[in-house]
Amino acid sequence: MNPLPWMHHLIIVPVLLPLLVGALLIPVNQKRHARKFAFSVASGALLWGVAIALLVLVDQEHWPDGIGVYLASNWTAPFGIVLMVDRLAALMLVLTSTIALAVLVFSARRWDRVGVHFHSLFQFLLMGLNGAFLTNDLFNLFVFFEVMLAASYGLVLHGYNLRRIQAGMQYIAINLAASLLFLIGVSLIYAASGTLNIADLATRVSGLGAQDTWLLQIGATVLALAFLTKGAMWPLGFWLPTTYASASAPVGAMLVLMTKVGVYAVLRVWLAVFGEGSGEGASALAGFGLAALTVGGLATLLFGAVGMLSSEDGGRMAGYGAIISSGTLLVVIGHSGSAVLASGLYYLLGSTLAMAAFMLLIELTERIRPPGAALLAITMEAFAIEDKPEDPVGVGMPGTLTFLGLSFAACALVISGMPPLSGFVAKFSLFHAMLGATQGEVPATTWLIIALMVLGGLAAIIALMRLGVRTFWASGAVTAPRLQFSEAVPVGALVLACVLLTVQAGAVFDYLGRTANGLLRSTDYSARVLGEPPVQRAPAGGAQ
Amino acid sequence: MELVLAIAVGVVFGSGIWLILRPRTFQLITGLLLMSYAVNLFIFAMGRLWVDKPPITPTAGVDPAQFADPLPQGLVLTAIVIGFATTALYLVMMIGARGLSGSDHVDGEEPRE
Repeated sequence: MNPLPWMHHLIIVPVLLPLLVGALLIPVNQKRHARKFAFSVASGALLWGVAIALLVLVDQEHWPDGIGVYLASNWTAPFGIVLMVDRLAALMLVLTSTIALAVLVFSARRWDRVGVHFHSLFQFLLMGLNGAFLTNDLFNLFVFFEVMLAASYGLVLHGYNLRRIQAGMQYIAINLAASLLFLIGVSLIYAASGTLNIADLATRVSGLGAQDTWLLQIGATVLALAFLTKGAMWPLGFWLPTTYASASAPVGAMLVLMTKVGVYAVLRVWLAVFGEGSGEGASALAGFGLAALTVGGLATLLFGAVGMLSSEDGGRMAGYGAIISSGTLLVVIGHSGSAVLASGLYYLLGSTLAMAAFMLLIELTERIRPPGAALLAITMEAFAIEDKPEDPVGVGMPGTLTFLGLSFAACALVISGMPPLSGFVAKFSLFHAMLGATQGEVPATTWLIIALMVLGGLAAIIALMRLGVRTFWASGAVTAPRLQFSEAVPVGALVLACVLLTVQAGAVFDYLGRTANGLLRSTDYSARVLGEPPVQRAPAGGAQ
Repeated sequence: MELVLAIAVGVVFGSGIWLILRPRTFQLITGLLLMSYAVNLFIFAMGRLWVDKPPITPTAGVDPAQFADPLPQGLVLTAIVIGFATTALYLVMMIGARGLSGSDHVDGEEPRE
């Protein structure tokens, strides 16, 4: 045998490790919280390390073109399933594992005990997410989506109450229907092109006959519907606010990531198959459906902004915030171009981190407000409900109100895109890139996009300010709530990550620029994936 | 043969869509099952329709046009397994919803008249 260098195997670790740990945790008795928690966090930390290592390896061009290819079972590319890590995938892995680690630590105090198998489900969710980011095969993508969704069904219901059941019912029904669309799309693409490998598909697009091209377009459209249901494009995203609002805080934070998977899948498939650089004579199909993505993204933005203004409780607000962020990203994908893409990815990083922090934070700030306030926010002042919040056990943390207030403000700034944090940098660079991309007259659509993005930000800041004022100033709470360090530290870390993103914006943008350039050169990508040689057996090994 | 299969898939899928728009959970899950059957048949058809053709080529040097495409069959198998598992999961949840809310309406409560 001529073994692969060990670094090569790092590519498959983000899939295998959560699978093994999740399976290992199933037989562990539910009462041994500490043990389960320790395993789960260790796995999360290790994943984080692996993701960082992959990021560094990819960015230092350890593999040619910054694309690492892993042939599962040593089958060459169009026949076997290929895992592939490039700069974008590595970035998403780092983002996922960062949020996952924070969420795991956060869940230690209460959430991992309110139901069974929290940690196993969580690990399977991670496996699905990581797999979806790494895979390069459409059907394999379906499988990882299903792994992710099946785990999320369990997690959405975690802490089983009537409200979660009602929301979960709709969530699962929608996603089962979307999975069927996914299958139809995948099989249509297979019927048209004879391949499921994304890189192989990209090379074949230009050579298809007229009839097959039609079939491919229909297939891609149906597939996009499935992705966009996850990515919550209007009108496919009605399930999202209710699900977010009813899910427990740690699960809500992970759901934020799951909407980004839908957007990621669209980005990955579209840039490879319908990008401008795919094949030589692919101009007939280049840019297919991008206009629809732009329009859909704009409608999503508007829907999110209106929803944000009309929602009273934090969870629902976070849901609409996620919709706004999806809308912005879809517009960015529709408005393709290297500089715009880099800014869009920066926006994705900042908004995902802030939204996850916000989901966790809501649970903590709810303790300031009297119970039931979320449902009765309008009539709260009139009724002056007074009820004792439950007393948390353990050591409290000093200065909780200061901490909560500052974190809330930071999240609100990032989500709405106000200076000085990363949300502002992202929006500013997006506008700059959009205006700079066109010479001379700026088209009306660009102005419309900019206007709607500003409007979305405005809606977000109004809604969040209202929530903040009601929570921190007008709640009448004299005693500060007690927080555990294990709850405060993850929120603080996520907020700090947003701040770091702002401080290190230059370095991050350099990286994202390289990412965007790599993504737009889809021929390199196909060549890398299809050209990856299998590991040669030693001659003595015998059978071929 | 193509026409018969296309009509069958269309009718089954259409019935499924009608059923998932109904308000009771039993209708919903029956609709989802019908839709997944239709999709499974559809995937089969996407490998083109063959009669009496073996799916696996024995050795090299054989005309591949004489053999059925094995890949959609593999895909269908995976899709069936996954669809079955997720539907079973949904069924469990429906029982839970029925127990907690006392209603088999998809909203978890009886509609107000």
